[in-house]
Amino acid sequence: MAAPTFEVPKMKAVSEVPRVQKGAMAHTKSYVASAAIQQAIGFPGELVENWEAKAIEKMGDLLGKYRSFKVYLDTCVHCGACTDKCHYFLGTGDPINMPVARQDLVRNVYRRHFTFAGKYFPKLVGAKDLTREVLDQWYTYYNQCSECRRCSVFCPYGIDTAEITMGAKEILDSIGYGQKYTNEIIGKVQRIGNNLGLPGPALEDTLEGLEEDILADTGAAVRMPLNQKGAEVLLVTPSADFFSEPHVESLIGYAKVFHAAGISWTLSSHASEAGNFGLFIGNYETMRNIALRIREAALELGVKRIIVGECGHAWRVAYSFWNTLAGIGAGGNDPFSIELQQQLDPRYPAPQHICEFTHDLLKRGVITVDKSANDHRVITYHDSCNVARASRMGDMPGGQFVIPREIIKMVANNYHDMAADTIHESTFCCGGGGGLLTDDLMELRVKGALPRMEALNNVVQDHQVNFMATICAICKAQFSKVLPYYGFEMSMVGGIHQLVSTAIKLDAKQ
Amino acid sequence: MASVELNGKTYETDEEGYLVNLGEWDEGIAAYLAEQEKVDMTESHWEVVNFLREYYNDYQIAPAIRVLTKAIGKKLGAEKGNSKYLYELFPYGPAKQACKIAGLPKPTGCI
Repeated sequence: MAAPTFEVPKMKAVSEVPRVQKGAMAHTKSYVASAAIQQAIGFPGELVENWEAKAIEKMGDLLGKYRSFKVYLDTCVHCGACTDKCHYFLGTGDPINMPVARQDLVRNVYRRHFTFAGKYFPKLVGAKDLTREVLDQWYTYYNQCSECRRCSVFCPYGIDTAEITMGAKEILDSIGYGQKYTNEIIGKVQRIGNNLGLPGPALEDTLEGLEEDILADTGAAVRMPLNQKGAEVLLVTPSADFFSEPHVESLIGYAKVFHAAGISWTLSSHASEAGNFGLFIGNYETMRNIALRIREAALELGVKRIIVGECGHAWRVAYSFWNTLAGIGAGGNDPFSIELQQQLDPRYPAPQHICEFTHDLLKRGVITVDKSANDHRVITYHDSCNVARASRMGDMPGGQFVIPREIIKMVANNYHDMAADTIHESTFCCGGGGGLLTDDLMELRVKGALPRMEALNNVVQDHQVNFMATICAICKAQFSKVLPYYGFEMSMVGGIHQLVSTAIKLDAKQ
Repeated sequence: MASVELNGKTYETDEEGYLVNLGEWDEGIAAYLAEQEKVDMTESHWEVVNFLREYYNDYQIAPAIRVLTKAIGKKLGAEKGNSKYLYELFPYGPAKQACKIAGLPKPTGCI
């Protein structure tokens, strides 16, 4: 790895709130999307001439459409409860990375244009015009929020900061000031079917290769079917599962679970992506277009169930929004949604998380494992923010915390939680969520990982933990990259189904 | 957009240093890009870079890590068919660093 051009924060046994360093991250600017990238997904190619008027107009549009946006902008009393809850503030010390200050970049402009006091007495209420300087600050600092919503947990008013970030990104995109990383990826999903830009033939070749690998490793002919009509289950998973390590280990795990349970399944080349970066930029149309590909694939293949692989924000979109976006789950009332609802088997949740699926099979003894196969691992679990704070699993409150941990304990003998204030709904973001998993934000990603690295380090010291399981492709990629900056092995992170894969008995149900 | 001048030829690169036009790639620009990445190109590095280009020609995407490690293992021996070996060659990660040197577009997504 090239030597970092920034200082990696020192880990402490007890996390400390850093000394404020004004402007510490002001130099950070993620690459701006090119005209070609912007236009491919329906946004202006470059900053439009009358951008100020257009931005205010868009803000008014959002305030009219989303009541929540207005409520969150109105209700903050600057109590400060959120200030030390953001991993990016804790890692960088930049005061604008205090959630309240980051939100205020939009709130000040909102006050100027949409409140009585701000229109007539702007100075009294801290209202500000949207100058070019303020606009650039928006770009800089809203690309330093991973929309993880940890601060919202501690906000006495329940202000969802992520929604304000999403609103700001929506406004920026609408005036031609988008971020390269996220918008390029959205274009690839719409053009090719997944974030990677992996075309059908390459996917087919990759899956065939994996089938050979599993056969060579285990002697079992575990299949990875693609576009198989009439399969029971459509599995939609992040495309990183096809491409990268450690992601691919979980894909192998899913395939082994289907094989051992004797349930037919298929992947789709049309919907070869669970991730939905439309969420990150707060753009409803984009999010819907991506979600619709999954409905199209499900109808085309005639599947009875839709299961989602290990992807954090995908599960938020699937669990919370697929019903009205695409008719997966009750809610959509267009002819295609109705057709899909009639096609899907009502005995199973639509959609279902792969962890719910595997958990149930393990509990019922449909699949069996040799726990000792994981004895070389001492495991902890990193709750991914979108799973933890924006969704649920199973049929009980907190199921999204219980089910993944129960799976781990059913397939392995050595498990230790990290400190209570760093897991469950208080989990820290990996530092790369929300569209920030890009090389040009490496300094932010490394520094933002500090709180998680400190919590991890404590269980490494106390319990010799050597494996951190997680169920999000972004978390896996982010940790693989930043763990070495803190002196850990990159292979310390992996998926829950990687653990399942290690322990599962393949000839149990054949 | 930026560009690199090398032996009288101009190569266009994007803001992250990836070559814009695949067709412009040659060993000269590969050596230059490797130098920028502080990668000392050996025979082993060229093996990987050449495989990436071949695969890209067939599939319009860089190979997945498992595809790459398997191909390298077949060609150079099983002990080299793993990602550890590839990270030794390309410390910033075979996907991004080796792709850049091979003149391929940067792989995107949650990787």
